[in-house]
Amino acid sequence: MLTVEEREEIEAKLSDYPNTQAVAIEAMLIIQRREGWVSDEKLRDLAEILRLSVANLDGVATFYNLIRRRPVGRHVALVCDSVSCWIMGSDRMRDHLCSRLGTPVGGTTSDGQFTLLPIVCLGACDHAPAMMIDGTLHEDLNEQKIEEILTQYT
Amino acid sequence: MEKPLTGNFRPDKTAVSLPEYERVGGYQGLRKALTMQPAEVTELIKRSNLRGRGGAGFPTGTKWSFVPMGKDAPHPKYLVANADEMEPGTFKDRALMERDPHQLIEGMIVSAYAIEADIGYIFLRGEYEYPNQCLSKAIAEAKANGYLGRDILGSGYSLEIHLHASAGRYICGEETALLNALEGKRAHPRTKPPFPQVCGLWGKPTIVQNVETLCNVHHIVNKGPDWFRGLSLTEDGGTKLFGVSGKVKRPGLWELPMGTPLREILENHAGGMRDGLRFRGLLPGGASTDFLVEEHLDTPMDYGNVQKVGSRLGTGTMVVLDDQTCPVGMVWNLEHFFAQESCGWCTPCWSGLAWTEKLLLAMEQGHGSARDLETLMFQTKFLAPGNTFCALAPGAVEPLQSALKYFAEDFRRHIDEHRCPWR
Ligand SMILES: Cc1cc2nc3c(=O)[nH]c(=O)nc-3n(C[C@H](O)[C@H](O)[C@H](O)COP(=O)(O)O)c2cc1C
Ligand code: SF4
Ligand code: FES
Repeated sequence: MLTVEEREEIEAKLSDYPNTQAVAIEAMLIIQRREGWVSDEKLRDLAEILRLSVANLDGVATFYNLIRRRPVGRHVALVCDSVSCWIMGSDRMRDHLCSRLGTPVGGTTSDGQFTLLPIVCLGACDHAPAMMIDGTLHEDLNEQKIEEILTQYT
Repeated sequence: MEKPLTGNFRPDKTAVSLPEYERVGGYQGLRKALTMQPAEVTELIKRSNLRGRGGAGFPTGTKWSFVPMGKDAPHPKYLVANADEMEPGTFKDRALMERDPHQLIEGMIVSAYAIEADIGYIFLRGEYEYPNQCLSKAIAEAKANGYLGRDILGSGYSLEIHLHASAGRYICGEETALLNALEGKRAHPRTKPPFPQVCGLWGKPTIVQNVETLCNVHHIVNKGPDWFRGLSLTEDGGTKLFGVSGKVKRPGLWELPMGTPLREILENHAGGMRDGLRFRGLLPGGASTDFLVEEHLDTPMDYGNVQKVGSRLGTGTMVVLDDQTCPVGMVWNLEHFFAQESCGWCTPCWSGLAWTEKLLLAMEQGHGSARDLETLMFQTKFLAPGNTFCALAPGAVEPLQSALKYFAEDFRRHIDEHRCPWR
């Protein structure tokens, strides 16, 4: 079931647009902000309040990079794999992160703390390599910096 | 040197507040615009030679002049700020939104007034959560102070601006795909014509404009088109945000006169290459532009001049390739991005880019053949403008075709030595 807050936040968005279809994407992001992903059950509830079909919403959800239809860990780390970060050694940073956390990119740590996902250029190319954890940007990554960052989240 | 776009940036990188913004002349351009006829504002922008900063460089005033105006025009009309910024190597719009959010809001209100728009949207990429906070605050402040909402500053003109957080996909930045994304659909591009200026969001006239473009508009109204043209060293008006990333001494972002020579940006501003590294080439304006090399370093960086040497100014944010980084690996990284971000609508693109990526990866791993080089060459023709539904695929093969030309020897070595010489 959608929570009361989720409902209220989604309904507040309705006045920004002329119809409910246009709210679909932001509504899924609102749901995701709390749980990290959009479950089948939440998708059904959303379809009901927006008066759209589940298939329609799922079709939209699967198009977009940031909408997740599978559970993730408590924190989501998005690791930039685009060109400037690649030149500045993002492959090595990613491998280091994977071995520190014991999960490949695309996976979740066994304690459920972290999910690692690839992301395209984060707009921080002059401070490459970069990654984003739960909406916070971390720049100029090196092995030592990664250690410091990880302790902030555990 | 005048820096209208970044002159007010605070050294501590926090956003300029509304009182600070007003103190340095903020919202004066809007006050002036409201005393003019909308068509007069468009005329000023035309005369300024402002060209779109999102990559294509289309003249902004000309684009506005296609919007139906007057009593019989369909309403609501829309103005959309394209703040999707997902072009790899590009980091300019984020800075503008985080550090001077009211500048974008004012630019949007004046632009909306010029086309008699009723509603504005900022289409912001989802990962930009901090810019989202800065803009949300600025919109609320602008509303509370009468710059937005009903009857702006007693002029009778009304405008609402809504912030839309996208859920990401590079194609959302293409203006017609963006319209579908804003409508809550899968973001496939639309057929043109009809053009968005006539039939855009929900079938109504819509102008889509890059963030940096919009940030210039009220300055032009305030200080005039001649002032704006005078900022530039060449034909195209204004200043430009230029950025450099890669292994230079001081990667960064600078506002410089349009037409600043490439060498000056690389050497004086970015500090030249890091010690022990040699310059091999660069992408002048993001991932979907052709490489430039040593012989192009004296090019004045504006739309026309970069085109003359076979590339595009694009977003003006450059990615530098050094001699210890593999050009084939770099192009593979780029094509991996494009293959992944292809929206899947038309076959030459989704199939061709996946194929291209696979060949480049094989080559990088030592399994390339001379036949593969021919196939890559063939793909650059097959995905050229006119053969695909939108500009994503032609953009994707720009770095590939120029790499095949300038770094032919490096491709050849991968094939002959059955390995990547840089590994
Ligand atoms: C695949 C693709 C992605 C694009 N991404 C962006 C983008 O992120 N931001 C942007 O301003 N323009 C982007 N554009 C260009 C837009 O389609 C459009 O030309 C631009 O927003 C118009 O604004 P301007 O005239 O102010 O540059 C993209 C184009 C293509 C083909
Ligand atoms: S060229 Fe690529 S991105 Fe553009 S419509 Fe075709 S498949 Fe989609
Ligand atoms: S390429 Fe990684 S932030 Fe731009």
